[in-house]
Amino acid sequence: MRICVAAILLLLINPVFAQFEATSVDYENQIITIALTQEPPQLNGMKATDQVSILVLSHVMEGLVRYDRRGRIIPGVAERWEMDENGATFWLREDALWSDGQPVTAHDFVFAWRHTLKPATASEYAFILYPIKNAEAINTGQVAADQLGVVAVDDRTLNVTFERPTAYFIKLTAFVTYFPVREDFHSAKGEAYGSDPDDLLYNGPFRMTEWTHSASLKMMKNQNYWDRDAITLNAIHADYITADTRARLNLFIDGKIVHTRLDGETYKDALTQRFRIRRFNTGSVFFLEYNHRSERATSNLNLRKAIQHAFDPDEMVNRVLATPGNLRGESLFPVWLNGVNDKFRREYPAPQATYDIALAKEYLAKAKSELGSIPPLVLLVSDSPTAAKQAEYLQGVMGSKLGLEIKIDIQTFKQRLAKMTAGDFDIVGAGWGPDFDDIMTFGDLFASWNLNNRGRYDNPEYDRLVRVAMNNTDPKIRMDAMSELQQILFDDAVILPQYEQGVIYLLHPRVKGVVRRVVGADPDFTYASVAP
Amino acid sequence: MLMYTIKRLIAGVITVWFIATATFIAMHQVPGDPLMNDKAVTAEIRANLEKKYGLDKPVTHQYFIFLGNMLKGDFGISFTQQNRRVNDIIQDHFPVSATLGILAILFASMGGILWGALTAIYRNRMPDIIIMFLVILGISVPSFVFAALGQLLLVNINSMLGQSVIPVAGWGTIWHMLMPALVLGLGTMAFLTRLMRSSMLEVVNEDYIKTARAKGLSPTRIFFRHQLRNAILPVVTVLGPQIAVITTGGFVVELVFAIPGLGRYFVQAVQQLDYTVIMGTTVFYGAFLVLMVIIVDILYGFIDPRVRLA
Repeated sequence: MRICVAAILLLLINPVFAQFEATSVDYENQIITIALTQEPPQLNGMKATDQVSILVLSHVMEGLVRYDRRGRIIPGVAERWEMDENGATFWLREDALWSDGQPVTAHDFVFAWRHTLKPATASEYAFILYPIKNAEAINTGQVAADQLGVVAVDDRTLNVTFERPTAYFIKLTAFVTYFPVREDFHSAKGEAYGSDPDDLLYNGPFRMTEWTHSASLKMMKNQNYWDRDAITLNAIHADYITADTRARLNLFIDGKIVHTRLDGETYKDALTQRFRIRRFNTGSVFFLEYNHRSERATSNLNLRKAIQHAFDPDEMVNRVLATPGNLRGESLFPVWLNGVNDKFRREYPAPQATYDIALAKEYLAKAKSELGSIPPLVLLVSDSPTAAKQAEYLQGVMGSKLGLEIKIDIQTFKQRLAKMTAGDFDIVGAGWGPDFDDIMTFGDLFASWNLNNRGRYDNPEYDRLVRVAMNNTDPKIRMDAMSELQQILFDDAVILPQYEQGVIYLLHPRVKGVVRRVVGADPDFTYASVAP
Repeated sequence: MLMYTIKRLIAGVITVWFIATATFIAMHQVPGDPLMNDKAVTAEIRANLEKKYGLDKPVTHQYFIFLGNMLKGDFGISFTQQNRRVNDIIQDHFPVSATLGILAILFASMGGILWGALTAIYRNRMPDIIIMFLVILGISVPSFVFAALGQLLLVNINSMLGQSVIPVAGWGTIWHMLMPALVLGLGTMAFLTRLMRSSMLEVVNEDYIKTARAKGLSPTRIFFRHQLRNAILPVVTVLGPQIAVITTGGFVVELVFAIPGLGRYFVQAVQQLDYTVIMGTTVFYGAFLVLMVIIVDILYGFIDPRVRLA
């Protein structure tokens, strides 16, 4: 009986008996195999928010402009554009085609942007369209979607009117939320849009050909893509989907995937395997965010200054995180952001807090006299092993150096967010990653109106500086404002920068041209190739 | 027999309703907000999301809507994968978990019966001691350790042979399934071994075994026809629930071996507070477990006629 069941089972599965011979690189056919860290939850560009969906979408779709191998903006669907304080005009290329052969027109952008902003769509990234005239009003339901400041003058000319001067608008159009969607296709698919390979139209370098949910996703070179000659790879096979870093390392060792990210533990194993370990700075900044609500002890400046001077970012990076690639946290603005002519942080160095326990104790004494006594501080962190390690380190340092009692509150992702929003914390371990390549993606984070300002920091001077940088297009004025803002962040100890995130990863030595990006698809395999 | 089956089925339906209600209440008690994400959204967008998922209505109202839809067999759309229906998720991924689970149960039951019988025969002698030591390992070591070790073993075998003979992860062929199924079945195998051992030892001193021996039957015949057959009953009893446990408990194994099973959704839904997927998978698995128990009860009647009379 049992043998019988086994035999049936074998027969059922047998047709694909020993077909797993494929390895991670195929030179003749120019195919690479990768692993995704999770199933893309949302291959609908208008609603995508997560890294994996953005990764896949950026390979199969294209916006008005795109980033080249070195992270510079180059023409995408638009072959040229003009921008001034009031708006921008894009001229679309003639040979930009959808995967069904029809041309990508200006109407496809108008439709996508309007649809994203409709309150009924409930897109979480709608705010990124706010520089366009009336966008925010549409998104909050005050104005109809057809009032959006974007017009298709003809099939190949797109005219955008701004709500306010936006120096970085062109860069925004490289983001997935700005990708085109063809109205007839979208309405034909309805709710199913983006749920399977046939439920999506592609205009990017690749198109999705197969998607077995939670198992694999295959992309093939898009022969309709206008710049197809620049694309060497014929296919990208994401044959594995798992969040387990050890499993991915094992797949890499076994020659099944070309790329995997390492963590603290797998790093050691990769070292013993003598792989070349590569580093990359993700461009995200991690910091402790204080609760500035008046009923909290952390609303006291002297207490925050005390913590600022008792924290040693070098020790955090070298001894606590202890994987290569992380940079010490000095500012809300990471080192890669551009300033006027050079990198912002080179032009406007961040003020440095001296690691000085005596000074910290002075501040603490002042804080105590102002507050009476200091209650135990609640440190809210996520439930990852790294976050727990950092929290314990801070608890130890603040306890031994300053005699501050810190209570660690470890919560799962959603619960941590709920507590952050409700203000149920004193200090929270937070981080911020860039959405676009401009200082503003970080700058307005602690503006009083920003919903992500969960510590409710409220400073009219900070708000004023954000407005200056938002409403001006002159780089010098903008960066000067941001420099003053950087000073406020320090003087007021609004946050305590901890580190700029670095990741370490392995890449198959025969795969060339993989681009790691701070903004957009990361890693980007668009221009990759397999060397002989 | 028919009355008995009907009665069991009605009890089963009530059990499933109870599971659904308890899960619904518990789920809404979990702190955290299912609609909250990294980026904060405006009040208008939030209101629209709440409307889309019916969260704008009072919880009791939501409960009755859920019950109504459940009766129609519709669990709604996922919160995290906004264009997939929960029914599709179950339909796509349960067969994977089930295939893996059946294979794991095969490993577990064959191994458990064999090792259990062996330990009973060699009671308190070397094979018994060794096997029972391994059994304790199998019960106490969590499956993620076995999964990682199993995968490492495959990597080492492949690198020793200089080519990929057995895939270390992924899904598609019988070769992909062997190691995960083995790992998944280990705990159950250990459990069954212990069960089998004690029930074998109980049977050994029964009168009918003595009779058989007195009749001069050969030891092998006594072992297979009288001892094993009688001792196997408790194993069959637990097999039903164990099938359900194994097909649901594969989260870690599915993660490590990159298998697109339902277990991953089952666990991740709770982490992400994906209400519709939590309800869908829990009710589905609850119903599956109840069904397995009923089937075993009925099968039991065939194996042991005394049960039918009771």
